[in-house]
Amino acid sequence: MVEALFWPALLGYGEAALAYASARTSRAATWGVRMGWLAQTALLVAQAARADGFPWSTWAGSLNLFVWLVVGAYLIWGCRPRFRLLGLAVMPLAAALFVVARIGGGTGAGKSSSYGNVFLAVHVGFVLAAFAGFTLAAALAGFYLWEERRLKRRAADILRLRLPPLASLERLTWRTILVSLPLLTLGLVAGIVRQKERGGAIDALEAVTMLTWLVYGVFLALRPTGRRAAYLALGGFALVIVARLALAGSHFG
Amino acid sequence: MTLTLVGLSHHVAPVELRERVTLRLDAAAELARSLGDAVCLSTCNRTEVYATGLDEHAALAALERLAGESLDGVVYRLQEDAAALHLFRVAAGLDSLVPGEGEILGQVRAAYESVEPGPVLDRVFRQALGVGKRVRTETAIGESPASVSSAAAALAAQVFGDLAGRRVMLVGAGRIGELAAANLASRGAEIAFVANRTVETARELAHRFGGEALTLDGIATRLGEVDVVVASTSASGSVVHAADVPAKRRAPLFFIDIAVPRDLDPAIGRLDGCFLYDIDDLEAVVAETLAGRRAEAERAEQFVAEEAERYRAWRASLDVVPAIASLRARAEEIRSAELAKVNGRVSDDERRTLESVTAQILNKLLHLPTVRMKEAAVGSEGAVYADAVRHLFGLEEEAGA
Repeated sequence: MVEALFWPALLGYGEAALAYASARTSRAATWGVRMGWLAQTALLVAQAARADGFPWSTWAGSLNLFVWLVVGAYLIWGCRPRFRLLGLAVMPLAAALFVVARIGGGTGAGKSSSYGNVFLAVHVGFVLAAFAGFTLAAALAGFYLWEERRLKRRAADILRLRLPPLASLERLTWRTILVSLPLLTLGLVAGIVRQKERGGAIDALEAVTMLTWLVYGVFLALRPTGRRAAYLALGGFALVIVARLALAGSHFG
Repeated sequence: MTLTLVGLSHHVAPVELRERVTLRLDAAAELARSLGDAVCLSTCNRTEVYATGLDEHAALAALERLAGESLDGVVYRLQEDAAALHLFRVAAGLDSLVPGEGEILGQVRAAYESVEPGPVLDRVFRQALGVGKRVRTETAIGESPASVSSAAAALAAQVFGDLAGRRVMLVGAGRIGELAAANLASRGAEIAFVANRTVETARELAHRFGGEALTLDGIATRLGEVDVVVASTSASGSVVHAADVPAKRRAPLFFIDIAVPRDLDPAIGRLDGCFLYDIDDLEAVVAETLAGRRAEAERAEQFVAEEAERYRAWRASLDVVPAIASLRARAEEIRSAELAKVNGRVSDDERRTLESVTAQILNKLLHLPTVRMKEAAVGSEGAVYADAVRHLFGLEEEAGA
C-alpha cells in the first residue's frame, strides 16, 4: 500500500522529464515536479511511520531519500520557466535514480535498522542533503560551461535556446555550495563522533567524503570565478558520484 | 451598425505617404470624433479608421485630406468580420514590420481610450486588446530581439544577467553604436565612456548619456573599468587590440563590434573571460530569433482566429436579439393583460401565485426558442429565424402599429 505512492511520484518526475523538452510544456513540467515531490514526500512519511527505526539505512533507501532531497533543492533553487533546461538535466536523472531505488527495495515499508534514529537523521540526513546540493551545483556548473562555450562560439541560437545568464549560473552554483558544505560538515562530524564511540577504522567512503569536503572547502575559500569555478564544482561532484554509487554499498549495512 | 475599416500601412504605403497621414494621439481622437462613432489608430507604420454606421467615403476623404492626394490603390477597405480580424492581427503584432513587436498593443489601447466608442467598436477593441495580451503572455513571439542593437543588449544580458550597474564603453559615435548604447542603457547599464577620434563628438554623446569623453588613445587605460565595449567607428583598422585587454579580471568582458571594417581585434574573442560578437554574428542571432518569432506567430494566428470567430458569433447574435426582445415583450404583454382580467376576483396570495406560475410557464416556453435562435444566429441563419418569429407572432404588425 505504502509502496503504491512510488507510482504517482514517478509519474510526476517522468512527466516533468518529458515536458521540460519543450518551452510550451515547461509549466506542466513544473507541476509534474511539484506533484511528484509531494507524492514522494508522502511515501517517505509513510515509510517513516511504518518503520522500526530509520527506514533509509540501506543504499537503496538512502538513494530514495537522496532523490527527494535533489528534487527538493531543485524546487527551491531552479524550478522556474527560465531554468527549463536545468530541469531537463535534473528530472530525468531524478526519475532514473528513483527507479533504481525501487529496484533496490528502497521504496518499501516496514524496514528495520540497528542504527539510532537521531544519529541517522543527523548523519545520513545532512550528508545526503549536502550531496543533493552538490548535485544541483554540478548541474549548474555544467550549464555554465555549456553556455560559456556557446557564447564563445557565438552560437546563432543563443537567444532562442536560452539558458540563464552566466552570472546567474555562477552565483547559484556558489550559493548552493555555500549552503551544502555546512550540511556536509555537520553530517561528517556526527559520523566521526559515532565512529569514535564504536571504534573502527575509516572506510573508503568516509575517506572520499572527507576529500569531497576538502574540495568544496577550497572552492569556498578561494572563490574562483568563470570556468575555473565550474571545473572545481564538477570535480567535487565526481567525488560525490564515487561516494554515492561506487562506495555506498561498503558503508551501509 | 456595420463595422468598417479604412486605412493604409507599411504594407502598401511608402514612408513619404505614411508620414503625411500619421497623427498624434489627440489629433487622431479628434479625427475619429469628427467621423461619428469611430476610432483612429495612427502609428508610424499605419493610420487606420475603424467606424460603425459610416460611409467609408467619409473616412477615405478624411485620410486624403491629410495626405493631400488621392489614396486610390494604396488604401484598404474592410468590413465586418474582415475588419475585426485585421484589428486582432494588428493588436497581436502580427501585422507589424517585425512580427510580435509589443509597442502596437499600447498604441491600440491608447487609440481606444482616447474616444468613447459605441457598443460594436467597444466590443471589437476590447477583444483586440484581450487577444493582443494573450499572444504576448502565451507565446514567446515578443521575447527575442529583432534588431542588431537590441540583440547586442540581449547578449550582454545573457552574460551578466541584470545590466544595472554594468559599465559600458562606446567606441565611436556612429548611429548604430548609439542605438546599441541606448538599448543597454534602457536595461540599466551605465554608459561610462564614449571614445571617438574627434573628442568634441565624443563629448557631445557622452554628455547625452552622462558619461566621460575619451580619445581613441585613452581606450586601453580604461578597459579595466568597464564590462561592455561597443565599437562602431569608421576606422580602417583595429582600434582595440587583444594586448589592450587587462589580463587579470574577475568579471567577464563583453565586446560588440558593429563596425565594418571591424574595430576590434578578433583575437580578443579567444581571451579567457572575453566574448566578442561582430556584425555578422549579431545578424545571425537576429535572423535566428526572427525565425523563432515566425514559428510563434503561427500559434498567435490561431488565437487571433479563435477571437475572430467569437466576434463573428457575437455579431450574428445581434441579428436575433431584437426579435427575441420583441417576442418576450409580446408574451409579457399578453400575460399582464390576462392577469389584469382576474384582478379583484382573487385574493392577494392567489394573485401572487398566479403571477409566479404564469411567469414560469412563459420562461419555460420561450427558453428553447431563444436558445435555438441564438444557435441559428451563430450558424448564419439568424436573420431567417428572426423573420420567421416576427411573422409567426405578428411582431412586425405590432411594431408597425
